[in-house]
Amino acid sequence: MIQAIAFYLFAFVVILSGALTIASRNPVHSVMWLILAFFNAAGLMVLVGAEFIAMLLVIVYVGAVAVLFLFVVMMLDIDFAELRAGVARYAGIGLAVAVALAAEVMIAVGAWSAGKIDLTRRVAPVDPAMPNIQAIGTLLYTRYVFIFEAAGFVLLVAMIGAIVLTHRERSGSRFQNVARQNARRPQDATRNVQPPVGQGVQL
Amino acid sequence: MDYAANLAMTLPEVVLGLGAVALMLVSAWGGPGSTRVVSWAAVAVLFGAAIALTGPAGSGGVAFDGLYRADAFSTFAKILIYIATAVAVLMAPGFFQRTSGDDLRPEYPVLLLLSAAGMGMMVSAADLLTLYVGLELQSLSAYVLASFMRRDARSAEAGLKYFVLGALASGILLYGISLVYGFSGTTQFDGIADVYGAGRSMGLLFGLVFIFAGIAFKMSAVPFHMWTPDVYEGAPTPVTAFFASAPKVAAIGLGIRVAIEAMGPALDQWRQIVIFAALASILLGAVAAIGQSNIKRLLAYSSINNVGFALIGLAAGTPEGVAGVLTYLAIYVAMTLGSFLVVLQMRDADGQPVESIVSLSGMSRTRPALAAAMAMFMFSLAGIPPLFGFYAKFAVFDAAVKAGLFPLAAVGIAASTIGAYYYLRVVKTMYFDEPAPAFVKGDEGPLQGGLIAVAAVIVSPLGYLTIPLLGAWSIAAARALF
Repeated sequence: MIQAIAFYLFAFVVILSGALTIASRNPVHSVMWLILAFFNAAGLMVLVGAEFIAMLLVIVYVGAVAVLFLFVVMMLDIDFAELRAGVARYAGIGLAVAVALAAEVMIAVGAWSAGKIDLTRRVAPVDPAMPNIQAIGTLLYTRYVFIFEAAGFVLLVAMIGAIVLTHRERSGSRFQNVARQNARRPQDATRNVQPPVGQGVQL
Repeated sequence: MDYAANLAMTLPEVVLGLGAVALMLVSAWGGPGSTRVVSWAAVAVLFGAAIALTGPAGSGGVAFDGLYRADAFSTFAKILIYIATAVAVLMAPGFFQRTSGDDLRPEYPVLLLLSAAGMGMMVSAADLLTLYVGLELQSLSAYVLASFMRRDARSAEAGLKYFVLGALASGILLYGISLVYGFSGTTQFDGIADVYGAGRSMGLLFGLVFIFAGIAFKMSAVPFHMWTPDVYEGAPTPVTAFFASAPKVAAIGLGIRVAIEAMGPALDQWRQIVIFAALASILLGAVAAIGQSNIKRLLAYSSINNVGFALIGLAAGTPEGVAGVLTYLAIYVAMTLGSFLVVLQMRDADGQPVESIVSLSGMSRTRPALAAAMAMFMFSLAGIPPLFGFYAKFAVFDAAVKAGLFPLAAVGIAASTIGAYYYLRVVKTMYFDEPAPAFVKGDEGPLQGGLIAVAAVIVSPLGYLTIPLLGAWSIAAARALF
């Protein structure tokens, strides 16, 4: 009973905030609605017992992706009113895309009944009593460790690539030299003077 | 199986990965000055990875619970990949030295090493996950390498085009993978083969089509070839030489593994796709190259054309066919790298690279040895008999005929004569046209000339002496799949 109430609550808020993400006039509000949608989707994941995915949604999507969106939206100088001006003009194309997507969903459902989705051939069964966070960790660090490490290399390539393509030596900028700052002694940097009255200081 | 035994089988990738990380650290502290050291060290790492193939990694079997397969096939492909990558590392300093704009930075050999590790995973894949991660490792490095000359607008354009279209192809491939996983319930190739053997549903068929489309993009087979000429033209020449050799071998090797190991029972389904891609690549590669005036674009179409010939061997679907593809790839790598090494020698009086075919005019009088080498590569790519390129085509057509694909072989042979036209036009430009200003000689030492000479000897009739060895080795590699 309480589960059903929670489900309908989360599901309703996800759909509502999804719709408001598209409909709200202010792009910053859109991102805020999106974050709410992510939170509620995480709630749905907890309900189906996938607590790891729920945590991922909150940490990765809310914590990183949505905040990044927010920064981008606030930093870019985009006239959203102008972007929306073509809505009526492109309504036809948009509708066509929507019909195509709807057809794909239908076909996918049809395919579901046509072939059989067969998950009996599991290559990496886990103990059903094991909590799913532990199960994912066990598989990731034992059976799939080779792929896991390779994925790490993919990220390394992305990092090297970003630096190779964008980093340049800036001439003329003055960097902080901590060692030099620490090595500086008061007697090198300051001077005690006792100026006579009425004559000012000789610098 | 314990962990050490698993690692021993994946030793080439371990060597490449650790080597790349170590060299990355060297280059981070050494700065641009360390490029030379890092380049030679990268060649040494590639050599070390090739040595590692003599151990369990050469014939060990399945590692990591069926994710990775080390066998004679992967060994053959990996040796080709490592040789091509090493040549790409070695040919770069001469090019970047004299090109105004960007210097060669030590990240270049590091990225090539990581790409080689990804390609090794591709040809050793025994699971859809290994396939995809290996492919992404190779592709991501390739995107960065394509736009390595940051100040050159064409290079940046090449990188962007390659990235956007490559990401799209990865998406198509992933869609296919998800369908196959959904309808077969497993990501392992042998399990997938069982499901295809047991009878197939519409979903499995869709998955097959999408996976082949994604792989066809990576090997730039028609109709997924659109990116090739633009990327090959814009990327720095050593990178283009790399694209035309090692990733091509890896993509075709991956295609063979998926076709034979995972989808072997669905031979009749994928054979149609492979036959269409082969014929379309041969025809388009031959016809579209005729109008080109840029030598790099010409070689891009030539590579599309050659992928078509290699796919004829795959269409046969027999061990002889796969052996033919491997033989073809080995000879193709020598011809292509040789041609690009000659293109690297094309420099005007200021030392800037020139790429137009017209500038080759009369090269037989200004640089006779270079012209002779280029003529050999062109004749060989055209498949004209005394040269080794003929044997490559013979091997795949022979396999196709033995598998009963007479019409395919007949159309392929007919179309290869169309392709001969533009290869011969390059030879005619070099030998019979009025001399254009001579290319200046580089000062990078005997290395590049030596590499050209080695490639020329391989494609020369002397190459036929290697047939007993190459034939036995490639058939052993092909039998490992069946």
